[in-house]
Amino acid sequence: MKKMRLHVLLACFIAIGASGCSTTFEPWVKPYERDNLADTIMSMNRNPVSASYTNHALQAREGARGAEGGAGGGCGCN
Amino acid sequence: MNLIKAMTLFSLIALTWQTQAAVLPQDRSDAMYHSYQGGGMSIDGPSILLRKKIGNSVSVSANYYVDTISGASIDVLATASPYEEERTEKSVGVDLLHEKTLVSFNYTNSLENDFFAESYHLGVSQDFFGDLTTLTLGFSKGNDEICRIGDVSFYEKAERQNYRLGLTQIITKNMIVGLSFENIADQGYLNNPYRSVRYIDPTAAKGYQFETEVYPNTRRSNAAAVTANYYLPYRASVYAEAKLFSDSWGIDANTYKLGYIHTFGDDWIVELRARHYAQEKADFYQDLFSRSAEFNVRARDKEMSTFNNLSFGASVTYEFQFSAANFFKKSTINLDIDHVNYDYDNFRNVLLDAPVGEEPLYQYSANITRLYVSIFY
Repeated sequence: MKKMRLHVLLACFIAIGASGCSTTFEPWVKPYERDNLADTIMSMNRNPVSASYTNHALQAREGARGAEGGAGGGCGCN
Repeated sequence: MNLIKAMTLFSLIALTWQTQAAVLPQDRSDAMYHSYQGGGMSIDGPSILLRKKIGNSVSVSANYYVDTISGASIDVLATASPYEEERTEKSVGVDLLHEKTLVSFNYTNSLENDFFAESYHLGVSQDFFGDLTTLTLGFSKGNDEICRIGDVSFYEKAERQNYRLGLTQIITKNMIVGLSFENIADQGYLNNPYRSVRYIDPTAAKGYQFETEVYPNTRRSNAAAVTANYYLPYRASVYAEAKLFSDSWGIDANTYKLGYIHTFGDDWIVELRARHYAQEKADFYQDLFSRSAEFNVRARDKEMSTFNNLSFGASVTYEFQFSAANFFKKSTINLDIDHVNYDYDNFRNVLLDAPVGEEPLYQYSANITRLYVSIFY
């Protein structure tokens, strides 16, 4: 069951990534509206050294691995 | 320790592999002291990160990391003597930006007295759709060389390949969603040469004995995660993450994380978080085998058992802004603390006296501390 959920999630992921190729795309969030998104508190990994170490400390004692990092800010305004 | 060591190298690579917009990372330097205390293990040491842009399209980075380990975990105490060792990890990387495409290269190696690993990483990030969407692709290749203290004839190798796919999407001016997927394939000697399985032996004083673990020599795993960050009406944010994992050894796992970040004035940032992890055991795991060499592959590594852990953490950051004329822009002092409770469903505490196979289930807690200074320029 979990494998099926994993595959469904991957399929959604690819579908989203492959959708839309318009070169005249009008962003629904304008660059000047991205102040909040650019704030450091919007990143789960605002401190990469600490976040990496924490991932390591937890996952070294777990069977699972991979897909770390999460959303690191995608607004082109790092 | 080898499974842990191998995973260590790749988990630390997250340092440079977080899904991010196709912009050069910010210039910064970090100096951190880290500590893990729990389950009889004491691990601490420094980590130094330097990152600097060269011109407008190149950024270089270097990381130096040390683990000083005093090991007296239940695995060690059951079958061997406490030990001390040190692991040193070094990595260098370069990021190249061309228009909306970011290409990243990274090399990392990790050295211990009985283990050497190195890995190469390549990543590409591209912004699309008015920079609302960032697609990230990554590939890594790693090689391990494994030795065993006290056995000069022991020498094994393992190889590892990672494929990553990441997508970050701006949903609204207050919300970002991220998706990531990673496939990892391993081949070679994948178990820990120091860990043992337990089997029933009526002739033994305790009623059981230990023998070397034997893992399959291949492993393939898939992990997929979805994350969301939301900016609240005041300067604060919440985030959540859900991750599913499955591998060819029969381990199924899920991870859920929730956090809240709050600011006090311009200088203080406080974060509170919780994380829950649960996994089902590997197909070849047993706490107690009925006889020696009962199966061709066998494990009693507690990381292969059915268990869950729950952690609660807090971070405090004090931010100091320099004057506009200064080369340095700002500095932060940070303290992160997490407390983790581990509960095992089929790994028993053989250090306690009880009939064979009826020992209490093992559990322990650990504290993870990071104290670090960051400076941005």
